[in-house]
Amino acid sequence: MSRLSQAFTKGHAALVTFVTAGDGDTPAVLDALVAAGADVIELGMPFTDPMADGPAIQAANIRSLVAGTTTADILRIARDFRARHADVPLVLMGYANPMVRRGADWFASAAKEAGVDGVICVDIPPEEDEALGPALRRSGIDLVRLATPTTDVARLPQVLDGASGFVYYVSVAGITGLQQAAQGSIEDAVARLKAATDLPIAVGFGVRTPDQAREIARVADGVVVGSAIVELVAAHGRDAPAHVRTYVEGLAAAVRAARKELA
Amino acid sequence: MNAPNSFRAQPDERGHFGDYGGRYVAETLMPLILELEREYRAAKSDPAFQAQFDDLLEHYVGRPSPLYYAERLTDALRENATDGMGAEIWFKRDELNHTGAHKINNCIGQILLAIRMGKTRIIAETGAGQHGVATATVCARFGLPCVIYMGAKDVERQAPNVFRMKLLGAEVRAVQSGAHTLKDAMNEAMRDWVANVHDTFYIIGTAAGPHPYPELVRDFQSVIGREARAQMMARIGRLPDLLVAAIGGGSNAIGLFHPFLDDPDVQMLGVEAAGEGLEKKHAASLAGGFPGVLHGNKTYLLQDEDGQIAEAHSISAGLDYPGIGPEHAWLKDIGRVEYTAVTDDEALDAFQLLCRTEGIIPALEPSHAIAAVSRKAREMRQDQVILANLCGRGDKDIFTVAHALGVAI
Repeated sequence: MSRLSQAFTKGHAALVTFVTAGDGDTPAVLDALVAAGADVIELGMPFTDPMADGPAIQAANIRSLVAGTTTADILRIARDFRARHADVPLVLMGYANPMVRRGADWFASAAKEAGVDGVICVDIPPEEDEALGPALRRSGIDLVRLATPTTDVARLPQVLDGASGFVYYVSVAGITGLQQAAQGSIEDAVARLKAATDLPIAVGFGVRTPDQAREIARVADGVVVGSAIVELVAAHGRDAPAHVRTYVEGLAAAVRAARKELA
Repeated sequence: MNAPNSFRAQPDERGHFGDYGGRYVAETLMPLILELEREYRAAKSDPAFQAQFDDLLEHYVGRPSPLYYAERLTDALRENATDGMGAEIWFKRDELNHTGAHKINNCIGQILLAIRMGKTRIIAETGAGQHGVATATVCARFGLPCVIYMGAKDVERQAPNVFRMKLLGAEVRAVQSGAHTLKDAMNEAMRDWVANVHDTFYIIGTAAGPHPYPELVRDFQSVIGREARAQMMARIGRLPDLLVAAIGGGSNAIGLFHPFLDDPDVQMLGVEAAGEGLEKKHAASLAGGFPGVLHGNKTYLLQDEDGQIAEAHSISAGLDYPGIGPEHAWLKDIGRVEYTAVTDDEALDAFQLLCRTEGIIPALEPSHAIAAVSRKAREMRQDQVILANLCGRGDKDIFTVAHALGVAI
């Protein structure tokens, strides 16, 4: 079992937290996430054209790129994180073009060397797996696939084929950070996914409050929070790590308090 | 060149043109893209669909568009050519279509598909506003609500087209993200689409985006080349020696080229926008870009070494895009089509040349093609024939041209 999958076997749902690399003092924010109890870190790779993201993460992408963040910077942030936190799984999340620009093999080995455990690529569906999947698997990096409300049962096996680490259930057909799905639809979707795979299921999109996180943590293996953290980074500048820590502590407590009702 | 049996058999069943094309979209959109492909296959083999498409093109769009021998332009270019040189120049007059450009051909086809799929809401992106106007037009014609995404900068510099879209009943949303231009409008349209997959059809304006869009846009635009081929045979009893068309995303060019791809004696030239020059700001993805993934397909993109997309620049808002349709990327790599680039200044000269020699005010997009025609005609014999696509009329551009020429109107 990979370091990433193990994060979901602690007896409570894993809290998965997202920040955009290079937006603010990323190393300090990452340390705050870990100190607050985040179980998995998603490090967003900024892209000029973040088509699946809502206003908060779009703005974070632009801030990061305007500040001059390069792929080398992102890999350095990951490598330094790994040196400070040997056991916390780190996932790179972003869009295809920056990942394949120098070739998928280059990216996979650079990510591996930087201590990255998994990759989420928004715009490489299973149909285009060849563009990145084989290179990641050769490097021993988990490829986290996305399932959505539009992914029907017939399509699910294709999405799961070649997936590892965990499955990210995007609970809303839409962009990041805006609405939240109804709890009932999340429960149905998690049950559907659980019937099709042994991989842990993390649920995200629109999760903001400890109450929402607690509800999801009762049925899913993980809860993903992104835009709300990114907004704190935007709002508080140099003071962001303290605010992020307080906020994520609330989420972590809620997630740990929830009792998993599905094995 | 390792020539395939046919250049007209692309894409493969997964939507790839060689290494290019494909379906690089978020999982939320994947099932919809697959449904669109199934529905397009069914429509393609449905005579009723084809009959309705043809009928609308004839009676609503005004097809077939004329094929015109540009005698005075031909003569003008021969004046500066050596003896016996200076090819005949012919134009496919797609600027005479309803709404003033080739864009409407594709919009008719896509809205019929949308209706067939039971979609009740239309979205589109637009740069110069031509595709937005064409989309708003077909939405008015079929009574469907329509939202057009347009970069805030383009909303400002294309005010007449914004007003046209509103007159036609469309809602124009000014996009404030990114650089406020066409690529950002496309990002925003995709964000709308992903949030409204159940009732919304996205009418993409060029032969790009995820499969099957590059294929279906090409098929709808191929009416240009099919007509031109028959018209050439009827008028001069043979095919032209060279086809020329401007390329932003490349839909007018692929529409002209595709029916001729298997005619070995027909050469083809695609003309990108070199903007201020290929060493400066431009929109020539083939000349100055590298393969990458954006907006659902793999193709040549203007980008930096980290894969961040660069801002394109062209005086022509319709060519101001950092990518290009994937079939052109493939045709370039295999060498079947030659590609060149023309600067803003060269396009402006060609624009004025056509006004004065033929009494036709062309759009800035085909002005790029005309500039390339001017270069090529001198290198070809007088008994040779160039056919260029006059894909849009210039009414929309007179303010831009006046500004560039330093004239206050």
